[in-house]
Amino acid sequence: MNERDGFEERLRQARTHQGLDKPPEKGGALPQSPWGYGLRAGVEVVSALVVGIVIGLLLDRWLGTWPWLFLVFFVLGSVSGVLNVYRLFNPRSRSRTQ
Amino acid sequence: MAVEGKTIDALSQFELSPMFGVVGKAVSFSQSNGFMLLAVALSAGLMLVSARRGALVPDRLQALGEAAYEFIAGMVRDQVGDEGKKYFPFVFSVFMFVLFGNLLGLLPYAFTFTSHIAVTLALAVVVFLTVTAVALMRHGWHFFSYFFPEGAPVWLAPIIIPVEIISYFSRVVSLSVRLFANMVAGHVMLKVFATFVVLLGGLGAVGPFVAAMPLAVNVALVGFEFLVAFLQAYVFAILTSIYLHDAVHLH
Repeated sequence: MNERDGFEERLRQARTHQGLDKPPEKGGALPQSPWGYGLRAGVEVVSALVVGIVIGLLLDRWLGTWPWLFLVFFVLGSVSGVLNVYRLFNPRSRSRTQ
Repeated sequence: MAVEGKTIDALSQFELSPMFGVVGKAVSFSQSNGFMLLAVALSAGLMLVSARRGALVPDRLQALGEAAYEFIAGMVRDQVGDEGKKYFPFVFSVFMFVLFGNLLGLLPYAFTFTSHIAVTLALAVVVFLTVTAVALMRHGWHFFSYFFPEGAPVWLAPIIIPVEIISYFSRVVSLSVRLFANMVAGHVMLKVFATFVVLLGGLGAVGPFVAAMPLAVNVALVGFEFLVAFLQAYVFAILTSIYLHDAVHLH
């Protein structure tokens, strides 16, 4: 009866698979190479900056306050770019998973 | 085709042109739309074929379909948790659409619809709206506490809240630009080096020997592009799952 040998192991795997048992905690599986991190960080900074600039320009055009809100949101965009890079290394969702 | 008057024309491969003659022209049905339909048909066909057979010992197609299913199911389970199971169809559809778009684009004479920012931006907006809707449905008004972390001093709110909102919206831009830029860069490089082969090949007696160098680069690039096609579809899907995790668990 070879079937019985790995039974407990397979039962445990099946239970984990169906969500009956808690799976062992695993980290994120994004590309962890230096290049992967570098490219992601670059994209995150630039995209936050772009969103900040676009919001600033739209608000300026709406309220007629050129260039003040543009300057404010440029700075805020840069800050959230830095925040995005910080989140890249310390995802906040991992700290308290519930 | 790429060499006209001895210049490098690497961008005309991204131009849209109508398909299916007069009817296609009337409704602006471009080859991009054609390849999108093909990608949907191929991925749906793969899953239908592999699900219908249901053999205990799978054949090649069924093994391929099951491998794709297990891959994304495992990713969603790891990233989102057990609550993520109901969002699996969404993540899987997005993954298969992007993957087939990237891979079809590598065939000769094919069009890569993921190399248009309009397409990737639309995909990213769909992901963004879905994730936000999921978060709003699960948490209601509590969702807006996402933009102000607990325990931060209240006088910092005028800075933290705009920064968090910009960071939240920047997901759309980063998700779309990453896929778009990778596909465009790869295809432009392929075309540039292919043009070098033709230009250097016409240099008389030494031509064929010199032209072998960009040809070798192109061979390596094609392999690299297959890697990028998989990797970018994977990154798109895993970021969707990570955003879903944030939406489901909120902090």
